[in-house]
Amino acid sequence: MSTDVLLSAQNLSVRFGGVLAVNKVSFDVRRGEVFTLIGPNGAGKTTVFNLISRIYTPTTGTIVYDGAELTKQPAHAVASLGIARTFQNIELFEHATVLQNLLIGRHTHRGTNLLDDLLFTPRARRAAHEAREKVERVIDFLDLQHHRDSMIAGLPYGIRKVVELARALASEPRLLLLDEPSSGLNVEETEDMVFWIDDIRREFGATVLMVEHDMSLVSKVSDRVLAMNQGEVLALGTPEEVQAHPGVIEAYLGSQEDMSSLRRAPAP
Amino acid sequence: MRFIFKTSYEQDIALAKHGGHKLWYSLLMLVLLAAPWLLDEYGLAQLTLVLIYSIVGLGLMLLAGFTGLFSIGHAAFLGVGAYTQAVMTNAGIPFPVALVAAAALSAVVGVVVGLPALRVKGIYLGIATLAFGFIVEEVFARWESVTGGNAGMHVKAPAFFEWKLETASELYFLCLLATVISTLAILNLLRSPTGRAFVAIRDSEISAQSMGIHLAAYKTLSFAISAALAGLGGALYAHMIKFLSPDQFNIIQSIDLLLMVVIGGLGSVHGAFLGAIFLITMPQLISSVKDFLPDFIGQAPGLKAVIYGAVLIAFVLFEPLGIYGRWLKTRTWFSLFPFYRKGMFKRQKSFQKSDRLR
Repeated sequence: MSTDVLLSAQNLSVRFGGVLAVNKVSFDVRRGEVFTLIGPNGAGKTTVFNLISRIYTPTTGTIVYDGAELTKQPAHAVASLGIARTFQNIELFEHATVLQNLLIGRHTHRGTNLLDDLLFTPRARRAAHEAREKVERVIDFLDLQHHRDSMIAGLPYGIRKVVELARALASEPRLLLLDEPSSGLNVEETEDMVFWIDDIRREFGATVLMVEHDMSLVSKVSDRVLAMNQGEVLALGTPEEVQAHPGVIEAYLGSQEDMSSLRRAPAP
Repeated sequence: MRFIFKTSYEQDIALAKHGGHKLWYSLLMLVLLAAPWLLDEYGLAQLTLVLIYSIVGLGLMLLAGFTGLFSIGHAAFLGVGAYTQAVMTNAGIPFPVALVAAAALSAVVGVVVGLPALRVKGIYLGIATLAFGFIVEEVFARWESVTGGNAGMHVKAPAFFEWKLETASELYFLCLLATVISTLAILNLLRSPTGRAFVAIRDSEISAQSMGIHLAAYKTLSFAISAALAGLGGALYAHMIKFLSPDQFNIIQSIDLLLMVVIGGLGSVHGAFLGAIFLITMPQLISSVKDFLPDFIGQAPGLKAVIYGAVLIAFVLFEPLGIYGRWLKTRTWFSLFPFYRKGMFKRQKSFQKSDRLR
């Protein structure tokens, strides 16, 4: 694995009124690795995601992506830099088919202008074919052939989750942000997800940054893990190191002192 | 029951998806081309109006049905187009130039109205466009040197140097041509990235943004295209009515336009046409039924408004997909007979985020 940095967050803080949602968080994501954020609910993981995809602007700190400052970019420009994301509570285009959803994923590669579209010029037709070929590659990769022409509104949750991953992949991202890819999936689907994340890295050459709670998935696919709690970094390292870190255990399970206070007083 | 066996990507982007489409739409086109010889003067006038309203409906459908932005002031764009056309043809400018100018000016006004749309959503956008409609109506009434004010203004027949379109069938063919071009443009748009970007904005703005869609640009674009079509429709309307006054572009007209796309079926191109047919034929139906009703109902003032309101409520309650949705269900019932199930078109209530549409 190479060690050069694709995304570097330095000293990130974001404040919503009196709440300091993210407090001085710094980390580097290396090119080609799977980097996972873990932490209890409300730790600020999704906020970090929203900072990277420019839905929020950090109060202080910088995010450098591939040598360029990301916080200066408007939200819609992030996709054309090669950053794609999924959402924790699926945000698909409900009244469109799976195919249309994936084609929207290719928006940054559209290759036509308004006039081409209005007249459907040969160029627009060519672009439509190219987009379709790229999308079909993703459909094959994620086994979505059966659902190609189904409306999202009629699909079960597990399939929607995969469609969202497919839509992000359709944009040929260099950095893929996955917000809880396994939430709501059953054991079998979660195992598929493990293979897919592995393959995404190998076949599509994407760097993966994800938020995840399922520790078995995390330890199977992640190269490095960042544990957060209450907006601050707790630990950073390999999955084993982070799982063994006392601060992480405390954040998830509570400290020894807390436990002893719960214990029944010894009989006199 | 028809099974389409897909063997090429071309089939998914083709306008006519199968032989049935080709047959029926060719037949429809033939009937429309023969209409001046098939219909009497009154019927042809009604059909011309249907075409004009279809053009406006296509524009509003793009905005409300496909981009999810509602406009309760669309009559204003209709008016801008109509007055532009009237002023220009009266000044002797060839009608194709005037038509383009009417659409373009409406588009510019659309951009101006679209700008607040970037900040407000849903009901607030409705109020903003409603207010805009009132402002424009007032401008038509007060700017007497150009519009003739409340006294109104006459519109000359469309002319291209020596060639004048004076008969009803000539105007009809002009409207038919404009309708075909507008429909093709909208269909092309919907099968290409621009149209998909509109749909994306309608269903989830946050996710559209993450896909790289510039929300402000596309919302403004949607307003501009929608207003341009309304302007084109308005320009043809001016020639059809031959006399313009500000009260033709008031809130009632705006509501009629909105009614048209909702009853036709939001989110379908067919809906714009079905809605236009409904809007034009309904007053005729009402007046023909009037005589069979007891006087205190049949002669009551406001009968039309009450029926329109009742029909709208009925559609929103029982058939939110509009006339086109009803047609889809009927067709499915026949093609699946006897296996149609009641819940087939029921939308799953959970996970439904884009409630702003249906």
